[in-house]
Amino acid sequence: MPSKDERIMMGNEAMGRGLVECGCEFFAAYPGTPSSEILTAAVGFAKETEAKMHLEWSVNEKVAYEASLAASYTGKRSAVAMKQVGLNVAADPFMRSAYLGTKGGFVLIAADDPGPHSSQTEQDSRFFARFAKIPVFDPACPAEAKAMIRQAFELSEKYEIPVMLRPTTRVCHARQNVSCDQPDSLNRAPYFEKNPGRWIATPQFIPELHRLLNEKIEKIAEEDAYRPRCFTGDKSKKEFSIIASGVAFAHAYDLLDDLGLSGKVDLYQVTLPYPLHKDFIEQIRSQYEKILVIEETYPVIETQLLDLRVQGRRTGLIPNRGELTPDVVQKALEQFLDVPPADTAPPAAVKGKRPSLCAGCPHRAAYYAIKTTFPRGIFPSDIGCYTLGMNFGAIDTCHCMGACISQGTGFYFAYAGEENPPAIVVSIGDSTFFHAGIPGLINAVFQKARFILVILDNATTAMTGNQPTPQVGIRADGSLGNPVLIPDILKACGVRFIRECDPYDMDALSSRLREADRYCRSEEGGIAVIISRHPCLLDRSAAGTQLVLAVEITEDCTGCEECLNEFECPALTADKAAGRVVIDENLCVGCGVCVSVCPMGAIVAREK
Amino acid sequence: MNHIKQQIIVSGVGGQGVVFATRLLAEAAMEAGLNVLTSEDHGMAMRGGTVVSHVKVGAFRSPLIRRGQADVGLFLNRENLSVHRGLMKGAGRIFVNTDLPGEYLHCDATGLAKDAGAVVAANLVLLGYAVRTGGLFCTAKQAENVIMRISSPRQLELNLKAFRRGTGDRHEM
Repeated sequence: MPSKDERIMMGNEAMGRGLVECGCEFFAAYPGTPSSEILTAAVGFAKETEAKMHLEWSVNEKVAYEASLAASYTGKRSAVAMKQVGLNVAADPFMRSAYLGTKGGFVLIAADDPGPHSSQTEQDSRFFARFAKIPVFDPACPAEAKAMIRQAFELSEKYEIPVMLRPTTRVCHARQNVSCDQPDSLNRAPYFEKNPGRWIATPQFIPELHRLLNEKIEKIAEEDAYRPRCFTGDKSKKEFSIIASGVAFAHAYDLLDDLGLSGKVDLYQVTLPYPLHKDFIEQIRSQYEKILVIEETYPVIETQLLDLRVQGRRTGLIPNRGELTPDVVQKALEQFLDVPPADTAPPAAVKGKRPSLCAGCPHRAAYYAIKTTFPRGIFPSDIGCYTLGMNFGAIDTCHCMGACISQGTGFYFAYAGEENPPAIVVSIGDSTFFHAGIPGLINAVFQKARFILVILDNATTAMTGNQPTPQVGIRADGSLGNPVLIPDILKACGVRFIRECDPYDMDALSSRLREADRYCRSEEGGIAVIISRHPCLLDRSAAGTQLVLAVEITEDCTGCEECLNEFECPALTADKAAGRVVIDENLCVGCGVCVSVCPMGAIVAREK
Repeated sequence: MNHIKQQIIVSGVGGQGVVFATRLLAEAAMEAGLNVLTSEDHGMAMRGGTVVSHVKVGAFRSPLIRRGQADVGLFLNRENLSVHRGLMKGAGRIFVNTDLPGEYLHCDATGLAKDAGAVVAANLVLLGYAVRTGGLFCTAKQAENVIMRISSPRQLELNLKAFRRGTGDRHEM
């Protein structure tokens, strides 16, 4: 066994460990792929090492950012983590925090998702860092991500500036052997020094704070510790340089090895893409004729080089969208270095199986009831597992967290003057409702909009790994919080029609929906809310308490495949040869909801 | 330090235990004193969609495998061959969970796992089969040590049993 403490860690776990080791005392996050496991890991490592740390799943990223920033004002190290689009939500406190700065080291982890694999954009958070004028680190692997947490805290404390760490999916969800140390015991007593010109910073103070910010960035750009690292070639290709960052650097490094060009061309790894080291920019421009920049996903380094000879996104050598996979980087390297392409045959584009809601998922039942009750309806929806309702035509829109409720208002007023307007049925998950749905609901009530809002309450944040919601009342570390109940919020928002229903009883849900529609169209009508309540089956304790039925398909099945196309349960599959549908016993959870879907009555269920 | 370099893919659909098999291989590499990098799919892709993990053992920096570079492929279902076979080297060893013969090594991992107690352990059966048949960097002993170390207490017995079904039951093409 190795004497040092080396462990296999996912990038997210390595970053969680890094925060604990650096003596971070306040860490808040909102889950979102690819960042979700960072906080869970930190909870585990804090327990393991008995580190004193406040850890929270905040209600959204803006709240997480603000709470964490205040902890930094007291001199403690603090951090916040989110996915890239989470930073859009936190943009307001983020932009201003650059001007006002920090006291205790403050690290923002914004996890990007080139591709994207599980996001609504593939935006580059490094650009956001540049926009805000704060430094950003760009790790190439989990071990480096962990090491950069320490660098980020130190840089933050030296300049009293927020520092971003920008991992991408391929770092967050990579695993690697990573060495661990014991946490620093900083034992910092909280001390908030009042300073109105800084912490209140009315407009009269801003020009000076902006000047200071500019000065900080100028100085950081001169710090030799963050000068890009050079893997020097043997001068056989001395007019060439390749500049890369993040996992794209890792791809380039391995590819040069594979192409037999390792040690022949100068390769630079940029660890701090913004601000790019000042002398480095001069050196590149004076030393090389041919310069290639490889970075994900937008040209952050490329545009700071301010040189028209640079090849990359502007010249089209690097594609301006999509993930830079090793295959993409290979093509660019071969072209740039003028070596014959190893293999020109494009990969056969065979798509795999698309994801779908789990067997027995309560969302499927709710959606089936909604779309069959309102065949002409408009169905704004939102972000979560339930977005997969698009597979069987149960949702019409998905934009950003909480948008569906505001969209309900927009659709309502757009159709308001029309004769017999369509039913508008908005669906949102419980966690998404807490995150950003509430202001939209207050607005809808206030503006006298009329639509049906179905809150898909499965008592968890399922898509990202079942983090608890405020209503569940369990905090990140497993301790009890004060539960905040959705019906109470609805009442406080002025909603006058509130019903609850288990979606497994689709007939009952359907009649609630019709009742809600009548309310919306009545003289005194307004927003009608139905809480569709059934626990997520990925929560084992909930799944264990559920009645399991024996479900069978009888000889009456005609193979019409209505159940496959309109209901899409993974446990129902087509037996093409036999011209009928069969149940995959390995997947069926015995919920029996499909019984009422079959037009032939060929699906039957009985108690086991 | 030895100089083994091996690139492995684990292909399946969300829920089949691709991630667990990936973790197991990574831990086995560390057990064998080797550097390792893996990459896996999370989020949307985990809801029953097609997923693939990359495992790179030895001196690599990139966590991803290029087309035509994988030495070993573990396919938890046969349908995924059409999606991920392109990642394999011509001479790469392909292990498939199926009872249908083809241009690959195969065993009915799902059937054997069901036998051992639960179909979800098909990943362990296939892994056992690959370790036994040869071509993977690790030994059965190293893999078993890891299974004992990282399995949840509830799953340990099933996992070991499933792995041993795999190592004990060989079907050569």
